[in-house]
Amino acid sequence: MSEFLINSWGWPPFYAHACAAFVAVVLILHVIAVGAMFFIWLERKVAGRIQDRLGPTRVGGKFGWLQTLADGIKLIAKEDLMPADADGMLFRVAPYIAFCASFSSFIALPFATGWVGLDINVAVFFVVAILGLEVFGVILAGYASASKWSLFGAMREAAQVVSYEVPLGLCIVIPVTIAGTMDLTKISNLQAGWFTNWYIFHDPFTFLTSFVFFSCALASVNRAPFDLAEAESELVAGFHTEYSGLRWSFFFMAEYGSMFLVSALGVILFLGGWNGPIPLGQFVFGAHAAELSGLAFFLVNLLGLANFMFKVVLGVTLMIWIRWTLPRLRIDQVITTCWKYFTPIAAVMFIGVISWQLLGLPSGGDLLPLHVDGRPRLSGDVREQHLKGAVLPQGSADRHSAARRALEGNLVRVGGGH
Amino acid sequence: MSTVEKTQIVEFDVRTDEMLVNMGPQHPSTHGVLRLVLRTDGEIVSEVTPHLGYLHRCAEKIGENLTPRQWSPYTDRMDYLAGMSMNLGWSLCVEKLMNLHVTEKARHLRVIIAEMQRIASHLVGMGVYGLDLGSFSPFLYAFREREKILDLFEEVCGARLTYSYLTVGGATADFPPGWLEKCESFLEQFLPVIDEYHALLTTNAIFIKRCAGIGVISREMAISYGCTGPVLRGSGVDMDLRRDGEEWYTNMYDGYAFEVIVEKDGHYPNDHTYPAVPPEAILGDSWHRFYVRMLEVRQAVDLVHQAIDCYRKAEGSCGDPVKITEKLPKGEAYLETEAPRGQMGFYVVSDGSAIPWRVKARSSCFCNLSVTSDLCRNTLIADIPAIIGSLDIVMGEIDR
Amino acid sequence: MGGQDLITQLKDHFGDQIRDVNLEAIDPWIEVIPEGLIGICTFLRDDPQFGFDFLSCLSGVDYFQPDPKKAAKVDWEPHLELVYHLWSIANKTSLVLKVILPRWKDGVVDELPEVPSVAGIWRTADWHEREIYDLFGIRFSGHPDLRRILCPEDWVGYPLRKDYEMPVEYHGIRCR
Repeated sequence: MSEFLINSWGWPPFYAHACAAFVAVVLILHVIAVGAMFFIWLERKVAGRIQDRLGPTRVGGKFGWLQTLADGIKLIAKEDLMPADADGMLFRVAPYIAFCASFSSFIALPFATGWVGLDINVAVFFVVAILGLEVFGVILAGYASASKWSLFGAMREAAQVVSYEVPLGLCIVIPVTIAGTMDLTKISNLQAGWFTNWYIFHDPFTFLTSFVFFSCALASVNRAPFDLAEAESELVAGFHTEYSGLRWSFFFMAEYGSMFLVSALGVILFLGGWNGPIPLGQFVFGAHAAELSGLAFFLVNLLGLANFMFKVVLGVTLMIWIRWTLPRLRIDQVITTCWKYFTPIAAVMFIGVISWQLLGLPSGGDLLPLHVDGRPRLSGDVREQHLKGAVLPQGSADRHSAARRALEGNLVRVGGGH
Repeated sequence: MSTVEKTQIVEFDVRTDEMLVNMGPQHPSTHGVLRLVLRTDGEIVSEVTPHLGYLHRCAEKIGENLTPRQWSPYTDRMDYLAGMSMNLGWSLCVEKLMNLHVTEKARHLRVIIAEMQRIASHLVGMGVYGLDLGSFSPFLYAFREREKILDLFEEVCGARLTYSYLTVGGATADFPPGWLEKCESFLEQFLPVIDEYHALLTTNAIFIKRCAGIGVISREMAISYGCTGPVLRGSGVDMDLRRDGEEWYTNMYDGYAFEVIVEKDGHYPNDHTYPAVPPEAILGDSWHRFYVRMLEVRQAVDLVHQAIDCYRKAEGSCGDPVKITEKLPKGEAYLETEAPRGQMGFYVVSDGSAIPWRVKARSSCFCNLSVTSDLCRNTLIADIPAIIGSLDIVMGEIDR
Repeated sequence: MGGQDLITQLKDHFGDQIRDVNLEAIDPWIEVIPEGLIGICTFLRDDPQFGFDFLSCLSGVDYFQPDPKKAAKVDWEPHLELVYHLWSIANKTSLVLKVILPRWKDGVVDELPEVPSVAGIWRTADWHEREIYDLFGIRFSGHPDLRRILCPEDWVGYPLRKDYEMPVEYHGIRCR
């Protein structure tokens, strides 16, 4: 966008970049805020249905669509309370840290090809690192509240999140090694084609890894059965015991933001990102979104966005479903699960996937014939070339087809008959 | 030389302080207004001191100023989750003092009501235990079924929680027409629901991990602490007042076929129809207490069926409540009954007037709770709700 | 229980420590002097013939008539009574023990009467004795942790005594 402003309208680069950043921020913030609102509503509705209740029914007409908004207004109207012994500054700052950490990760999260706040080539790393900062907000909240329950909650959160970053990181590294890039857009685009191209179906190891990833993601965003930091039957409300009103709602939003984020991360890393199970766009327009432009690009991307959102919501729904079904684990069991089960399993999966690649065993993508733009996993500079060709939306056809020829010439095995 | 080494050790070791934490009286999982003072070192609890009395309503003192029938509503408010059982215990105790036998019809009516109350009470105990372990949904599933029982009770006596229905001499009213059919259809649809509870909690891996082997009460400990009801039977003590109690009480269950729910040689009675005991569970732990409660629900369903048949055959009235100002004979009587939470005893001393000289309620939860400080030593904080919840306490009964 | 035989046996064993026996009451009881309580309770628990391993209930009763007109008619001297309801799980039998105590030790008001604690025999007596201490003002010597249990620790008076009067105020809260 900034390039467009500079080139077509002749804006000075600074203003162009600032304007583009502003638009991106507003867009992302709205996506997140509306997303969080939607997920809170979804949680209440799904929980209600699971528990034989109706859930919200009244606010906003049918289905209680606006329930979250009504809750928000209530929260804003609430008295601003702070314990007398609390450390005022830290107490006030903590929710914003958690909130910012959760939301700034969205900067690097792509929603479809090219539809991303900031397209950086280490997006995976960035998202995980920033998401990990959320724990600082929680620890500060627990420490500054001057309540023993809050302190317990904060310590639990610290122990748990720090532990779970290890298996979570291992699980994330696996698709990264397959793709050979940390760019989320590229990772997603590499999974284009039939659903067998999704990394979850790449080989048996990735299939298992995706489940480990999901469990670790649950733990790292403090969702049941790992919601120890706010275990209401043990710690009253854990780290946010002393929070109320708007400040509490920031923690709440941060939680739902993080849920959205890890779900999106899982979708991109394992479930093909914005690529549907059937490569519709490629059938209609004969090429992947990355190679299209204009209206066709827009339409395909819109379909991709819908795909992406659908999968993310599915992931979040799964989290909600689990929360309302399972009892909570104990802290020692949570840490044991992490170090004795998830970490070794993830490590074994990692070695397994690397060996699979090394041995050149067939991957899931080879099962179905459609083989749009050189999908088979390759190695070395061939892949480099291929990536260069695949990610440039307006990349020249010549260069691309040259790259593809180069690929096909070097193919160890051909996935299909075309 | 050795001293230097020691100081180094001290320096490298993380020094931690013990912390006193107040759990309750306002805490989500202390089942009311119980206050536990925990001495904790990190997550490990080294000492638990229960403090009671936040719901003390002087029921015994009030009992010295009211006639037995007037005091009956106060018994409701003791174990407010099993008001009918409290009414029954008190009525039977006063009847024992007056040597008053109720009619055959009233006897079966009381069994129906008492066992239905047991189902309702255990449903709460089960649901709330799920809640204590962080699983919210079983609570609402349990309340859904309990609500149907409360509806039935409401039809019988007009109240949903504090019934004052069973009273000295019988019951205040007979069942309304068609009630028995409703009760039967409830039981019919309720039976398959029990399997859902087993699927959701009893056999859930996390649930088993959280409560198997936690809070083990040995047989001797249970007896010495005066634990009763599912807590005692969960420890493998074969005692149920409905079978073993005083004749004045067991006469009520005369002619009923039931087996006491207690583990014998590693098996519960008729346990082939239930999920197996997991290998992690130790006799006397929280899981067994929960399981005994679940099996008692099934047993109560059978008993209600039997009682309905007997009630239909019985002739005559459903009892004749004594006058409110009926004079009591001089003397004293003590009777324990098998309430859902354990043995509920009432002691009444009379000087010959209509108002008892002294009334005492022996609370089952009071004794069951007294085991906590022993049980919760050197556990984790998360185990405390798991243990307290498995004792299934009601503070109204403890504080009276 | 072959009630009569066993009581006779108990009497032979303890002699004067058993002051009174009433087998005609609804719940047959024996009255024990405070000094003999521990010995008799231990015997009743450990002797297989009795096997009273379960203390069902421990209650206090205050025999005191504050109304002088009515007090003239009663046939007892003012006293406190402790009632132990025992149960044997093996034999499925019950027994009632009674201990009679003066309302105040040596007749001095506010000197609590004393009785040996049975918390070492049945641990359930721990809390029951605390309750009786709280509500009746009976001191249990040898109790591990004799504190008030239902009333606040700084409560004044023993509420279940017949001459108890509710305080007008407790920490600025009006009581009556």
